[in-house]
Amino acid sequence: MDSGKIVFSALDIEIRRGAVTAIMGPSGTGKTTLLKLITGQIFADRGQVIVDGLDVARLNRKQLYALRRRMGMLFQNGALLTDLDVFENVAFPLREHTRLPERLIRTIVLTKLHAVGLRGAADLYPQQLSGGMGRRVALARAIVMDPEILIYDEPFAGLDPISMGVVLRLIRSLNDALGITSIVVTHDVREISQIADQSFIISEGKVVASGTTAELRDHPSPIVHQFVDGLADGPVPFHYPAPGYHEQLLGGNAFA
Amino acid sequence: MITILRETMQSFLTFLERVGLLVRFALRLAAILPLGLLRPRPIIEQVYNTGAMSLVIIMTCGLFIGMVLGLQGYDLLTRFGSEEYLGTATAISLLRELGPVVTALLFAGRAGTALAAELGLMRATDQIAAMEIMAVDPMRRVVLPRFLGGVIAMPLLVSIFIVVALFGAQLVGVEFFGVDSGSYWSQMRSAVELSDIREGLVKGLVFGVACSLIAVYEGYNAMPTAEGVGRATTRTVVISAVVTLILDYILTALML
Repeated sequence: MDSGKIVFSALDIEIRRGAVTAIMGPSGTGKTTLLKLITGQIFADRGQVIVDGLDVARLNRKQLYALRRRMGMLFQNGALLTDLDVFENVAFPLREHTRLPERLIRTIVLTKLHAVGLRGAADLYPQQLSGGMGRRVALARAIVMDPEILIYDEPFAGLDPISMGVVLRLIRSLNDALGITSIVVTHDVREISQIADQSFIISEGKVVASGTTAELRDHPSPIVHQFVDGLADGPVPFHYPAPGYHEQLLGGNAFA
Repeated sequence: MITILRETMQSFLTFLERVGLLVRFALRLAAILPLGLLRPRPIIEQVYNTGAMSLVIIMTCGLFIGMVLGLQGYDLLTRFGSEEYLGTATAISLLRELGPVVTALLFAGRAGTALAAELGLMRATDQIAAMEIMAVDPMRRVVLPRFLGGVIAMPLLVSIFIVVALFGAQLVGVEFFGVDSGSYWSQMRSAVELSDIREGLVKGLVFGVACSLIAVYEGYNAMPTAEGVGRATTRTVVISAVVTLILDYILTALML
């Protein structure tokens, strides 16, 4: 964006209500940028982002904040507030947006923490949590206002297999239990394909494939094949663009 | 020649742009000021954070500045045989100049850098973005209490600094060199006027606004990387020091 690079062109994605939608793509294809567009943190030069019938770019600050109250977002690293303990982190949106009595806040927060299995960690501070625990606390915070849309930014990055399985199961069960619309941005194809209802693969600013997990597996496009099977070389080249190997090594400047 | 001219012009324009951004930032803070005052608790916490945490360094430095003033003042005044004016000389130089200026410089180094680093880290770890997604205005929730905390803490720190320094000067002048204790304090009381005290407090307040504003601005707008946070803290100290000394000249000229 700053460099004037075009991240997306002619991108067209439709996300179904109540489903788990995976958005996948190689690193650097602007997946996080897409989430920022959906949540109105940045705006597109052209085109529209419509959330529940509302054009995000046309909302004023108040309307945008009203829309965001219906969304929850799980950040890549959790983004917990480091000066508050786990309980207060989860209680934060309630305290900011509601005037509920303390007893009710306590009940809601403990219920949500129980849902992610961390009721016992209420008194810990974010620095004392492991990566997986931090992400689950952030998830509890994201659902504390009972959002209609939950957005996950790389929810599996840097997690061990057990924590990954836990987060994976939570995404699916929260989606079904609370009737939320889930959008998961990730490049962990194998993990997300276990739970996604529909998937989009974006590369170089466009949707290169979409459909269910099975449809993607049998997709004819070589880039989809490379991505789904995790091949090192293919349409997305292993080598960063460079002058010829031979010329560079044997050229006059090799020992300069 | 033209290149030099163009570069000067360019850096002048960059400077103006920076000032403009800072002013816009300050105006936004001013606009949400009434809202922030409705919730005094976070402000009180920040007065504790910036003020109470700076106490040790302020008092230590105050003591030694006072003792140096005692040494130098005694040496100078004995040349005219008027060492009984030691109390007056130290009190006036502390109230009008040294108290507010040295406190502001120490404040920038201790509390200002802490503020900038804290906000910069909150930015770098997505805490600021998380608040925006939770429909909480980070300017109101995070920046404003820290700014106001600094503004309130500074005059208090200036007062404490001056009091400690007066005792430091008394320690050297009266206890070591044998200046008459009665004349040290009574000369001070008869010569110091209310306007001297007012000058010190006004300067403290203005420096408090300037240093806190610079710290929260630099931290809030830091590049979200380790390097960016480091640069923000450095800039906080450097800019605060320069601005404090320039403002000091202007305020002194106005209040003489």
